[in-house]
Amino acid sequence: MIEITEVPSPFCGIGTDDLTIRVEGVSLKVIDNGCAINTPAFEQAITDTSPRVNGKEVHLDIAIAAAAALLKDTHLPVIGGCATDVNGMRGLLALADRVGAVVDNMNFTGARNNFLALQDSGWMNTTLAEVKNRCDLLVVVGTDLEAFAPRFFERYLWNEEAMFLDDTSAREVIYLGKSPSGSASTSPTGKQAQLLPCATEDLPDVIAVLRALVKGQPIIATAVCGIAVADLQALADKFKAASYSVVTWAAAALTYAQAELTVQQLSEMIKDLNNQNTRCSGLPLAGKEGDQTANQVCGWTTGYPARTRFSAGFPEYDPFLNDTKLLLANGEADALVWVQAFNSKSVPPETTLPTIVIARSGMVFTKEPEVFIPVGTPGIDHVGHAYRMDNVVAIRLKKLRESGLPSTAEVLNAIEQAL
Amino acid sequence: MLIRLTGGTVYDPASGIDGQQQDIYIQNGRIIDKPLGEFKVDQDYDLKGKVVMSGAIDMHTHIGGGKGNIARTLLPEDHRQDPVHRSDITRSGCGHAMPSTFVTGYRYAEMGYTAGFEPALLPINARQAHMEMGDIPILDKGGYVMLGSDDYLLRLLTAKKDQKAINDYVAWTMHTAKAIGVKVVNPGGINAFKFNQRKLDLDEQNAHYGVTPRDILRVLATAVKELGVPHPLHVHGCNLGVPGNVQTTLDTIQGIGGLPMHLTHIQFHSYGTEGDFKFSSGAAQIAEAINNNKNITIDVGQILFGQTVTASGDNMRQHANHKHASPNKWVTMDIECDAGCGVVPFKYKDQNFVNALQWAIGLETFLLVNDPWRIFLTTDHPNGAPFTSYPHLIRLLMDRSFRNDMLATIHPEAQKMTTLASIDREYTLQEIAIMTRAGAAKLIGLKDRGGLSAGNFADITIYTDNTDRQKMFEKPDYVFKDGQLVVVNGKVVSTKWGTTHVVKPDFDPSVEKGLKDYFDRYLTMKLGNFKISDDEIIEDGRGSITVHPLSS
Repeated sequence: MIEITEVPSPFCGIGTDDLTIRVEGVSLKVIDNGCAINTPAFEQAITDTSPRVNGKEVHLDIAIAAAAALLKDTHLPVIGGCATDVNGMRGLLALADRVGAVVDNMNFTGARNNFLALQDSGWMNTTLAEVKNRCDLLVVVGTDLEAFAPRFFERYLWNEEAMFLDDTSAREVIYLGKSPSGSASTSPTGKQAQLLPCATEDLPDVIAVLRALVKGQPIIATAVCGIAVADLQALADKFKAASYSVVTWAAAALTYAQAELTVQQLSEMIKDLNNQNTRCSGLPLAGKEGDQTANQVCGWTTGYPARTRFSAGFPEYDPFLNDTKLLLANGEADALVWVQAFNSKSVPPETTLPTIVIARSGMVFTKEPEVFIPVGTPGIDHVGHAYRMDNVVAIRLKKLRESGLPSTAEVLNAIEQAL
Repeated sequence: MLIRLTGGTVYDPASGIDGQQQDIYIQNGRIIDKPLGEFKVDQDYDLKGKVVMSGAIDMHTHIGGGKGNIARTLLPEDHRQDPVHRSDITRSGCGHAMPSTFVTGYRYAEMGYTAGFEPALLPINARQAHMEMGDIPILDKGGYVMLGSDDYLLRLLTAKKDQKAINDYVAWTMHTAKAIGVKVVNPGGINAFKFNQRKLDLDEQNAHYGVTPRDILRVLATAVKELGVPHPLHVHGCNLGVPGNVQTTLDTIQGIGGLPMHLTHIQFHSYGTEGDFKFSSGAAQIAEAINNNKNITIDVGQILFGQTVTASGDNMRQHANHKHASPNKWVTMDIECDAGCGVVPFKYKDQNFVNALQWAIGLETFLLVNDPWRIFLTTDHPNGAPFTSYPHLIRLLMDRSFRNDMLATIHPEAQKMTTLASIDREYTLQEIAIMTRAGAAKLIGLKDRGGLSAGNFADITIYTDNTDRQKMFEKPDYVFKDGQLVVVNGKVVSTKWGTTHVVKPDFDPSVEKGLKDYFDRYLTMKLGNFKISDDEIIEDGRGSITVHPLSS
């Protein structure tokens, strides 16, 4: 039995790297600094270690040959999930390039709300250490932040010391839209977050009014979607009075059509504030299931985020048409490869197409895929790199145990070799 | 295997060879002396009438790190203009302004380049930079770690820590980030922007720390020198792009007090305020200062007309310049109490007065600085233009009539504001070889690179002499990387992986005591998880690390 300290997590998206984990054989127990997301993700037991072809356990080489044989005759395979580490994505993109596949990260439809805004007008963003040391006003838009990342407040807002704030508990937290599910946003001195609740789908109206107020435009209405305009005016005033305000949102929580316009409206409001003699920054939440990792590696390998096809022999990005769901539903795809090294509960979408699953041990299927290869989890079974939510920081993942499971990269590279 | 390159005309400034016919022998990836006695040549290349140089080295090119990837993500429409197909030996990707990593490697090699150095390795983002560069085939690479706006250094300065403490921190950071040089960008200015300062002159104080850019430059330049890092402090100065910044640049040169200093993309820092448009060339003053101060080296950061994207650590200046974004979208970031970045697409237009004069200022600088060992050919890729425009730039430098033909087409008021037409100088092949090979290797401190004498690695480029220098330099006949033939007739024929060049200056291990406390209290990562191990670069079986000697 050993205890490993300062373990970084690829699961929570906020780059916690202070976990202590007890390792006994191949079983893990989070001893210190676990949370509702990281603890079950680390502790999940290994069940199957043997690859299967058509439901029969086979040697890894046989499974790799079967996967290669299956892909050899396809015209448009889709590689979905894309939930792995940097080297896994490198292998995935090499294979996709080779077989002319579509690459589509499973969280892309949510992330698209950010990408469309970014690619249309850009933004001004910040990262977690700046939040930890500078942020005096945090505005959370449409997102239950502590459900998304249970330790966000503890690590980045209610830290004991900050370089540029005398008293971190004096920071102000305001929720716009969705209200929090717990009390993590309450400061150590008991100061509660201010809530400006509205329905998620009303956020476009509310944020349009807020931005108008930030720009000093007159608003005749006295309330918008249940929020008093006076309260929004007070929020606009707080933004202007703050030294370093931060606006955070989870793109996937904005569950209504054309939510990219909300992200754009927020990002443009942040730019407006920076032209009014103060600083304000955005902080998009993400980093789950390897989504930032997939987009980063696909970004430097192809120029585009991870919803890109190689069927023409070169990368083509389309944030709508290259959606796995769509390609399966309208019969364009002729095979599915599902790569999910982090989460055995994240099963491939239902399809009658031939399916190859390269996933974390323990995945349970309603329909057995043609090929299933259980792989190690980055940060548990092998070293690797994963990006956290703010994209700048790639965390170095540790190997915690000797499971004998291959990495995603090893399996995908072997399939490419076998072609 | 013994390879002989027979009868080529060799330009090897590192050995003082200027256009002499010589045979070159290659074995096990290195250049060797002609073997004694009887020997068998396995491959012989007849290079009579061909020009032979070592592989070119780009000493300042943004090829790795987060801001480049933001630039890529920002510009899908640019990539769509230049799709790159896969082949049996090459990966697909995209080109133009900010190419994908694989295409970056192929296109550099296809122009005869065999190494590129990322000048802005943020300590907290160094992992990403190395991972991106790890996906650049053929080229050797390396990076200059960025300091000067990091809160740790500014706290050391405010606390009046001695030079030794600074040196230890700089050396430690070079180790952890795997760097071969140290860069400073808008010294202290990126930090000041986080405190809502919008400009920071050389002697202006950071509102929180009370430290000036001049203080930062001096301690960092001293650290680099005292640590024996061969590459002088690499400086992106204050006031980038601001009319009148020529004075800031001259003051920066004086202020460094004779310490070695490299001023990068100096074109963007050479602007006066004369004329009807209050924008004029400071190139003559800058060139005079460079000629008179032997401790100073520069690269130009030439702009060339067309669409590109600017990606810089200087978020203070990038924010100020966002109103020029074309297309109108841009990104800035504050980063981890460490640095920042700003990405602003630019379309430089020959009929825009400012852009046209920027073009002329860069060329004036090239032509007025006398010593080719102290000036380097860059466009600050992709900021002034994509690196693929180098052959065009070389023609502008080597061909006066071509240059003057181009000059005649730019904004007429800009033509009146430049002395370019009166400058007769044409660069020679030897001078090009100095700027892009021998000089660059010497400046960075690369052992056994940038020369063609025995013992050097066999990074060799062979061109067909052509009076159209653009045609000549855009399509080499052959390129060898570590003795492997990688390019024939301007096309990649095989690929390999280059090495990562670093230096490892000594530091007192007790430096980690203060750092650990700082990381635990203020940062978001444990010190142990912050440090990049050699394994991270070499574990995938492709990368390697080459440690270069320190200056004595």
